[in-house]
Amino acid sequence: MIKLSTFAEVLEHANNNNKKLFEVFQDQEASLQEKCISFVRSKLAESLDVMHSSIKQGLANKELSPTGIVGDDSNKIIKRYTNKEIKTPFGELYGNIMAYAIATLEENQRMGKVVACPTAGSCGIVPAALIAYSEKFDISQEKQIDALLTAAGIGKIISFKVALAGAIAGCQAECGVASTMAAGALTELMGGDNEKILNAAALALKNVLGLTCDPVAGLVEVPCIKRNGFSAIHSATASEMALAGIKSAIPLDEVVDAMKQAGILMSPLLKECSEAGLATTKTGMHITNNLNINK
Amino acid sequence: MNNTSIFDIIGPIMVGPSSSHTAGAVRLGLLAQKIYRETPKEIKITLYNSFAKTGKGHGTDKGLVAGLLGLHVDDPKIKYSLEQAETQGIIVNFLYQNDTDRHPNSVDIELTGENKLFVSGNSLGAGEIEVININGFKVTLTGEYHTLVLVYKDQPGMMSLVSKYIQDYNINIASLLCDRKSKGQEAAMTICLDDQIADEALEKMKQLPDMYLVRRIEAIKR
Repeated sequence: MIKLSTFAEVLEHANNNNKKLFEVFQDQEASLQEKCISFVRSKLAESLDVMHSSIKQGLANKELSPTGIVGDDSNKIIKRYTNKEIKTPFGELYGNIMAYAIATLEENQRMGKVVACPTAGSCGIVPAALIAYSEKFDISQEKQIDALLTAAGIGKIISFKVALAGAIAGCQAECGVASTMAAGALTELMGGDNEKILNAAALALKNVLGLTCDPVAGLVEVPCIKRNGFSAIHSATASEMALAGIKSAIPLDEVVDAMKQAGILMSPLLKECSEAGLATTKTGMHITNNLNINK
Repeated sequence: MNNTSIFDIIGPIMVGPSSSHTAGAVRLGLLAQKIYRETPKEIKITLYNSFAKTGKGHGTDKGLVAGLLGLHVDDPKIKYSLEQAETQGIIVNFLYQNDTDRHPNSVDIELTGENKLFVSGNSLGAGEIEVININGFKVTLTGEYHTLVLVYKDQPGMMSLVSKYIQDYNINIASLLCDRKSKGQEAAMTICLDDQIADEALEKMKQLPDMYLVRRIEAIKR
C-alpha cells in the first residue's frame, strides 16, 4: 500500500491517477482490510442505514435524556420548517440539516444506536448534512457512499496528526473535524472536483480553530447537542463557498498543523474535564449540582 | 499510522452517548463476563474518578451490567440492562470512589456465584479498554486477542511447558505477561495469541502438575 499521510500527497496521487479522492481512500481501505472494494462499500452502506435510523428514531422519540435537560429540540425545528405560514430565511433543507443533526445527538443521549463519526459527541454532523442533501437532491446510495468515503478519508488524514478526542485537542477535534469531513462530503456530493473538496474542508476547519470542550456536568448534552446542529450548517456553508470557487488561503495540511498547535496550547481545563468554561458558569454549576444523578 | 481504518473514523456502530463511558463500559463488562463464564448471583461494581462522577449520565452503570449480561456495544437493550439483571434475580450494587492513583475511567468488578471473580479495568477512550487485574494478579487484557490466563504454583520450567503446547498447534504468541504473589506461591500468566487455541491444548495444560486454573478468553468484536 502506498503511504499517503498528508492531503497534498493524497491529492497528487489522485490527480496523477485520474481518480477522485474517495477512490483513493477506498483503494487504501480495501488493501488495509485485505478485502475487495465492494466489502468496504457494503460496510459503509450498513453505517449509512444506522445513520438513517438514528435520525428517524431521534425525531420519533420525544423522551428526554436521562438527566432531563435535553431531548425535544429537533422536532421544534421540523415544526417551524413545515409550517407554511411561517417565513424562513432559507428553505426546508436548512431546517432539515439542523433538525437531523440534533435528532441524532438526542438519540445518542437517550442511549439509542448511532455511528460514532468521528466520535459519539459529534455523531450528528456528517449524517445530517449527507442525508438532508441526498433527500433534497434525490442522490443515489452509491453517490452517498462516495461522499461517506470522502468524509472518512479526510478524518483519517487529520487523525494522523491529531487524535480525534476532546481530551486531546478540544472540540475542534470532534465537532470541528466532523464539520470538516462533512464539508468535503457535501462537495463530493454536489460534483466538486478534488481541489474544491479539500478547499471546502480547509475553509470549514479554519473556522473552528480553538473550539473548546467544556460540557456541563461532563455530559454529551450542553453544548454538544445544539453544536452538532450548528456544525452541520457550517459544513454546508464551507462547501458552498468552495463550490463557488473560493479557495482557502491556507492549505488544509497547514490548517491541521494550526489546529494541532491550538490543541496543545489550549488549557487542559477546557479539554473535556469540565473544570472551566460553560461547565463552571453559575448556571452550569447549578445544573450540575441539581442533577443529583450520582451520590 | 497507516493502519488507521476509515471505520475507526466512521464507527463503531454503538449505543450512545459516549465511546469511553458507554461503549468502553460495555466492553469491560463483556470481557469480565468472558473471564467469569458463569451467570453471577451478585455483581458489585466500584466506579472511580470520572466514571464515578459522570458515569450515571453516560450510562456507564447500564453499560457495565449490559456487558456482564453478554450484550455488545450496539445492542439497544443496554438501556434496560439494570431491569434485565433484576428480572434474572441478580443483585447489583454500585460504589463510587475517588482515587487519583487510578486511571480517570476506572472500575472494579466483583462477581459472586458458584465462584468468585475480581476484575479491575480501565476505559482508555474511543471504546478501547484494558483489564489490568484478575483476582489480585496483574494482567493486560484488551479483548483484541484470544487470550489464555493461567494460574499455577510458581516454579521453574512452567513457561516452557506451556509455550511448547502452544507451539505444537503452530500458534503465534503476540505477548506474554507473568506475575506472582511471591516466590514459590501462586503465579499467573497472561498469553495473547494470534489465533484461537484448541480445546485439546487446554486439556493438556490443565493436566500439568500445580496448574490451578486454565482459562481461554475469546477476543471480543469491535
